Amino acid sequence: MSVLEELGRETTGFFSYAGGAAMLLADSVQFVGKLRIRVQETISQAYLLGVQSWGIVLLTSLCTGMVFSLESANQAVAYGVSNLVGGAVAFTMARELGPMLSAVVVAGRSGAAISAEIGSMVVTEQIEALQSLGLSPVRMLVVPRLIALIVMLPLLTVIADIVSIMGGAYIANVTAHVSLESFLNSARASLPIIDLLKGLLKSVVFAVIIAIIGSYSGLQTRGGAAGVGKSTTSAVVIAIILIFISNFAMSYILFPQ
Amino acid sequence: MTAATTERKLYARLEEVSVRYGPKVVMQNLSLDVVEGAITCIIGLSGAGKSTILRLLNGLRKPDAGRVLLGDRDISALPERELIGIREKIGFSFQFAALFDSLSLFDNVALPLQERTAMSKAKIRDVVAETLESVGLGNVMDRFPAELSGGMVKRAGFARAVVANPECVLYDEPTTGLDPIITHVLTDLIIRLRARLNGTAVVVSHDLQSIFMMADYVAMLFEGAIIAYGTVDEIKQSLNPIVQQFLQGSEVGPIPI
Repeated sequence: MSVLEELGRETTGFFSYAGGAAMLLADSVQFVGKLRIRVQETISQAYLLGVQSWGIVLLTSLCTGMVFSLESANQAVAYGVSNLVGGAVAFTMARELGPMLSAVVVAGRSGAAISAEIGSMVVTEQIEALQSLGLSPVRMLVVPRLIALIVMLPLLTVIADIVSIMGGAYIANVTAHVSLESFLNSARASLPIIDLLKGLLKSVVFAVIIAIIGSYSGLQTRGGAAGVGKSTTSAVVIAIILIFISNFAMSYILFPQ
Repeated sequence: MTAATTERKLYARLEEVSVRYGPKVVMQNLSLDVVEGAITCIIGLSGAGKSTILRLLNGLRKPDAGRVLLGDRDISALPERELIGIREKIGFSFQFAALFDSLSLFDNVALPLQERTAMSKAKIRDVVAETLESVGLGNVMDRFPAELSGGMVKRAGFARAVVANPECVLYDEPTTGLDPIITHVLTDLIIRLRARLNGTAVVVSHDLQSIFMMADYVAMLFEGAIIAYGTVDEIKQSLNPIVQQFLQGSEVGPIPI
């Protein structure tokens, strides 16, 4: 019986969380639709959540591009298809790894920051204070963060795409003597611009996931500092899980075989 | 209970309200009248649910049963979007001030004016400066909440609650933890608000001295119900042993410690 009860509780909890997050997204979209946007706050969040993440995004994508090239370049040369290395790196990075890696890194950094800040505001009654002043926490806090990430995450993804391909080109040149020109030609041939744009579309969806899950987890915080810790952890974990699941679904739809 | 209020117009009324936090029953069929233009003080033991009464009055907390009437309108079932408009007319001074820690003192107090009114920047500056001066904080407007003492933070929260000239102000422990001079200043301020048109106030406090100074009506909350209601003199002369024990601060009596 207790197992069933536990299962019931978990199921109810899941649907309650999913419903709550969906309602938050719907509320946010309504404010955006009515153009009730706090521009100054949005710019400041774009800086905090987006611009300040560029270093870590650059580092992770550079290393990934390089290691991908390192693993594939020697093999390609050995099989006499060194002209395909650039294509393999560019294809994989722009369609899959660039958007995914940037999103995972930003979920860890900015998603946690959103949840922790809003969660702290809940436990110090600042959210109630906003409500009692006749101001909507969704308009004041969630919408600026949502728009900031929708603008910044695709930009970070473009940086990730470029840096990873450049890093890959450098490593292919150093370790397998694949010329830069051959690498880039191969990249250009294998990666139609529409694929690059589809990768950026993915990052827009990831941005919505990170902002909404971060905000919702923050708003659901209960019980002091420990509660903030719990909601921050769940914000990052849930966002990353959703990024992976939605990435698979989007790849399936956007890139039909 | 209604004898003293039958001739006076009510600003708000809690009608047979029940509130539960999980399995714990905080209020059971509680009724309370808030007379328009008067100061109603709520006294009671710590944790008795006094702050919950304030939250019921501006819709931050919904009752599990019963009605919350503002004028003739039942707000207990209203959606959040409609409550926001109602809260614009009701100021709320929080127990721990709940200032926005990312904003300066000036911006904290200016926020409701900036977001809700079409006031010019110069006018907002004047109104905010005047309000902060009235609580003795005119010289620290540019500081952040973390740089202020506990008493100053509390006064700032008070300024934010009254800056938009609400028709009713809810004070949650407005004088607790302040020195006797500022306690007197704030008690005076609450009294001056009554002089304004429709200057209704509900004050939750333990500070009997300032309650006796400002209250038109006093209600005592005990074990989820209002056990005494009347003018200051009526409460002082109450024959209820619980009220008498509370007023005298005695360890001996019917209140379990």
